[in-house]
Amino acid sequence: MYDRIREKLTILADAAKYDVSCSSSGGNRKNDNKGIGDSSNGICHTYTEDGRCVSLLKILLTNHCIYDCAFCVSRKSNDVKRAAFTVDEVVELTMSFYRRNYIEGLFLSSGIFKNADFTMERLVRIVKRLRIEERFNGYIHLKTIPGASQELLTEAGLYADRMSINLEMPTEAGLKLLAPEKSHEEVKKPLGFIQSTITQFKDEKKTGLIKSVPKFVPAGQSTQMVIGATPETDMEIMYSAAQYYKDFSLKRVYYSGYIPISHDTRMPVIGSQPPLLRENRLYQTDWLMRFYGFEVQELLNLKNPHLDTDMDPKLGWALRNLDQFPIDINTADYRMILRVPGIGVSSARKIVEARKFGRLRSDQLKKIGIAYNRAKHFIRCADSPYFINEPDAPHLKNLILAESSSKYLKVPQSQLSLF
Amino acid sequence: MTTYIFDGSFEGLLTAIFEFYDRKETAVQLVWDKLYQPAILQESLESVNDEAKAKRVWAGLKKKLSPQWQQMFYKSYLSEDPQTFQDLLDFARYIFDNPAGAENNFGNPYVMAISKMDRKVNREKHRMKAFIRFQQTADGIYYCPVEPDFNVLPLIASFFKNRYADQQWIIYDIKRKYGLFYNLHTVEEITYEFVSAIDTKKIVLPAELVDAKEELASVLWKDYFNSTNIPARKNMKLHIQHVPKRYWKYLNEKEGKN
Repeated sequence: MYDRIREKLTILADAAKYDVSCSSSGGNRKNDNKGIGDSSNGICHTYTEDGRCVSLLKILLTNHCIYDCAFCVSRKSNDVKRAAFTVDEVVELTMSFYRRNYIEGLFLSSGIFKNADFTMERLVRIVKRLRIEERFNGYIHLKTIPGASQELLTEAGLYADRMSINLEMPTEAGLKLLAPEKSHEEVKKPLGFIQSTITQFKDEKKTGLIKSVPKFVPAGQSTQMVIGATPETDMEIMYSAAQYYKDFSLKRVYYSGYIPISHDTRMPVIGSQPPLLRENRLYQTDWLMRFYGFEVQELLNLKNPHLDTDMDPKLGWALRNLDQFPIDINTADYRMILRVPGIGVSSARKIVEARKFGRLRSDQLKKIGIAYNRAKHFIRCADSPYFINEPDAPHLKNLILAESSSKYLKVPQSQLSLF
Repeated sequence: MTTYIFDGSFEGLLTAIFEFYDRKETAVQLVWDKLYQPAILQESLESVNDEAKAKRVWAGLKKKLSPQWQQMFYKSYLSEDPQTFQDLLDFARYIFDNPAGAENNFGNPYVMAISKMDRKVNREKHRMKAFIRFQQTADGIYYCPVEPDFNVLPLIASFFKNRYADQQWIIYDIKRKYGLFYNLHTVEEITYEFVSAIDTKKIVLPAELVDAKEELASVLWKDYFNSTNIPARKNMKLHIQHVPKRYWKYLNEKEGKN
């Protein structure tokens, strides 16, 4: 018994780990029924040795699957050990971990067994048990099973904090190549249905006619795409992400560097390095779009379809747009301050507050916490020296890169040369 | 310059600020009595705690500072850092001597010092929320010893009370020899006597003190921690940055990795 549950957990956690989302923020569930847990914090309880946050108990209900997607460890044709949890086991495991403050909640996904509705029904049964019988108010991230009925999705949404469904590949063509049985249309349908139901519940709440409108997927929806298994450009990937952010009000798009797990000739061979640097650049671009007011077209376009590997996309944009710099820290718009390489959101806010008290000098900017050595090439402040010859973009790039060292320099880039 | 010696308490800090104005000082060095070393030719004053004076200073600060900044002031105090005590006195002077809104001047060194220390204390507070690992004792209480860098227990009490409303728990600060106990209704402060049955120096409770299911829960957590790792992405530098080694002894998933 002891060994059996250990084996199941090992198999089903291992199979679930390629879903990179582990976010537990964005929820707003409170413990107001003297039950257990709340979900409004977003705490990483530990980090794996690969440096990823462990916030949720992330498991599959089962790794039995009727599909044969080339990029997935649980594909039908793969010779791996299979296992399945019972409803009781998942509930007990979640509660036992949560009560000891190991986790923020549960991330439950599953291989498709029998059919979509059968699988979804089982997932819903688990979250319902947790919410109603265990009075569990912790975070629940539930996978939407493509093709499940709208009734089941509606019921799931009443208990889950976040729901997600993966695009898998950034483009339809890429998906067709590796998973002919799947399509992006099948993903869009449930994404759209849940999004419109979220809006509907919010509107009902606004009217104030019904006293207590129940929560419906309060932490919104997210998706994930695998990067580097198929030959898309960074531009294709980010345009696709931007479109999904816009069309479905997604909270997050995750980019998961492909880790070779199969001898399939359509994909990188086993043993090649996962494209970690590329993944990092994509996340930086994603952040610039969501928090720094950049349009995706500014960062990636037909002239620059790939992100620079040797510098981050914000620096890359600034060097391509040197005509907009330098800016005067003491007069520029918040919007432009945010665009300076080396200045982040909280520093930009502090600068705007602090300059009301007098013109800011470089020593104050350093104290506020900006990366001054990088930013100095793009700004003027009260004590900036006067330059006669402004360096041009290639010189500036060399100057900045000489001062900084990338943490990725040692990582072999074998993945990039494949296509 | 006069040296004020105070006892390290919040009331003591506020009293010292009162004395500064009452005695019309121009500059004061604030020293924690624990660290005080008398020097020749230095005028010093033992600041005696006075609740009324402290309350007046706090009321004055409350009038000028937003609730968020009041919190930041208190949280910085919990750092127990000698330099921060001095910064707090200087910050209070800066706030009293300037028109309302002065706390937003991030170009001012005292504002920046408090703002930075607040971040540090917040980080430690957040780490305690993350790294606490309860062990269920045989009598059903969830217990965890900690040793935070700063005195953050007052900052996490309500978080744990709200979250674990239906279970009894104890969080015990080994370094400062006091703890919190939630009895299903309120959180009370406890002293060493309360946990004297437990060897608080040892993190893992002996088998006879824990619930029958405790061992399995801990083993399953370790299994999970190992299975969810992706070896192809190994990045120990990042791992240690997020989970600094000094916390490993409290984390059962890192047991034996030290």
